[in-house]
Amino acid sequence: MRPDLDTVRDWLGEVPDPEIPAISVVDLGIVRDLAWQDDTLVVTVTPTYAGCPATLVIALDIETALHCRGLAKVAVRQQMSPPWSTDWISDAGRRKLRDYGIAPPQLNAANCAGMLSAQTAACPQCGSENTEMLAGRGSTPCKAQFRCRDCREPFDYFKAI
Amino acid sequence: MAPLVTFCLRMGDTALILGQQTAAWCGHAPVLEEDIAFANMGLDLIGQTQLWYGLATEAEGAGRTPDDLAFLRSERQFLNAQLAERPNVDFAHALMRQYLFDAWHLPMQEALCHSSHDGIRGLAQKTVKEVRYHIDRSRELIVRLGDGSDESHARMQGALDALWPYAADLLVTDAVEAELAQQGVVPGLDRVRTAFDAETAATMARATLAIPDTGQARTGGRTGIHTEAMGYILAEMQSVPRAFPDARW
Repeated sequence: MRPDLDTVRDWLGEVPDPEIPAISVVDLGIVRDLAWQDDTLVVTVTPTYAGCPATLVIALDIETALHCRGLAKVAVRQQMSPPWSTDWISDAGRRKLRDYGIAPPQLNAANCAGMLSAQTAACPQCGSENTEMLAGRGSTPCKAQFRCRDCREPFDYFKAI
Repeated sequence: MAPLVTFCLRMGDTALILGQQTAAWCGHAPVLEEDIAFANMGLDLIGQTQLWYGLATEAEGAGRTPDDLAFLRSERQFLNAQLAERPNVDFAHALMRQYLFDAWHLPMQEALCHSSHDGIRGLAQKTVKEVRYHIDRSRELIVRLGDGSDESHARMQGALDALWPYAADLLVTDAVEAELAQQGVVPGLDRVRTAFDAETAATMARATLAIPDTGQARTGGRTGIHTEAMGYILAEMQSVPRAFPDARW
């Protein structure tokens, strides 16, 4: 069985990110390439952060999901270059992040990456832009902690990188 | 050892030992946000270590794995800069150690983004983005605590006095780097030192801290000569793989 690659991509669109299960590995923009090599499906993924502990789990989750769809031979390969950027998170992914309570990263990451003072976030609860940063690091390296000055809710912000 | 392998080990070992030291703050930092920050920093560094060790083992082609490099080498085989192994002491020391490392690490990674070696270039273009966040944090804290209360100022100055001689170990170069520089593998090393000097001078001025003028330079880590702190770090870090060789999850 060799289903076409668009179908496979749809299947991977249902594989959640282990740290932020609201979005899929496709939404996150880390699935770089799908290809058939004889009867093996080769999935090329890119790591988010070099030390992200989810990387191994993601590879395993992708394999498992495709095995469940009946694909016997799956190979997950890592590709580092060009490096992943939060700009690659899809529009659907950004919407899902917001619905989940995480403010999506500012676009054009290259202009502000590394400089938290250059990044702002709208509150995912009430939409207000009157927010302030509480701490540059959050529950994972990819997030910072913010607070909304209007509705007073704290929230996570996915840092641009 | 081939110069490329030596260089990858120098980079990877420095990241690993600092990552190990930094991770020790998990549960001990003065405030929760800094606890999380140090843990995250350590995670990034250990992730970067895996990339460097991946390049080293690939270039070496001797069948060693990144885990072998981390857990089955002894003190004299580690090529990390001595700064990374200096003890945690207190928050001021840990932060100053991190900042001095970042002040070198950022221009180094920026230089390596132009390496002629595909693997090193790809690694640097990836990790430089993380390193920008690292120095964004450490620089602001150095300024805030240096130009803070009498107590925080005194502690930061004490940490700078203690650690500045070890920063020299990040910047020394030898025939290994010279050969790699000639091949374009490690480009722009002269700019790394210039950038380090400019970064630290500007930040210490903002932080009202004085860079000590003793002329002391503690070097040797990158050829396997370490301070008394190193053995204790390895003893702890390697204890499980040494006690249970070839154990698997």
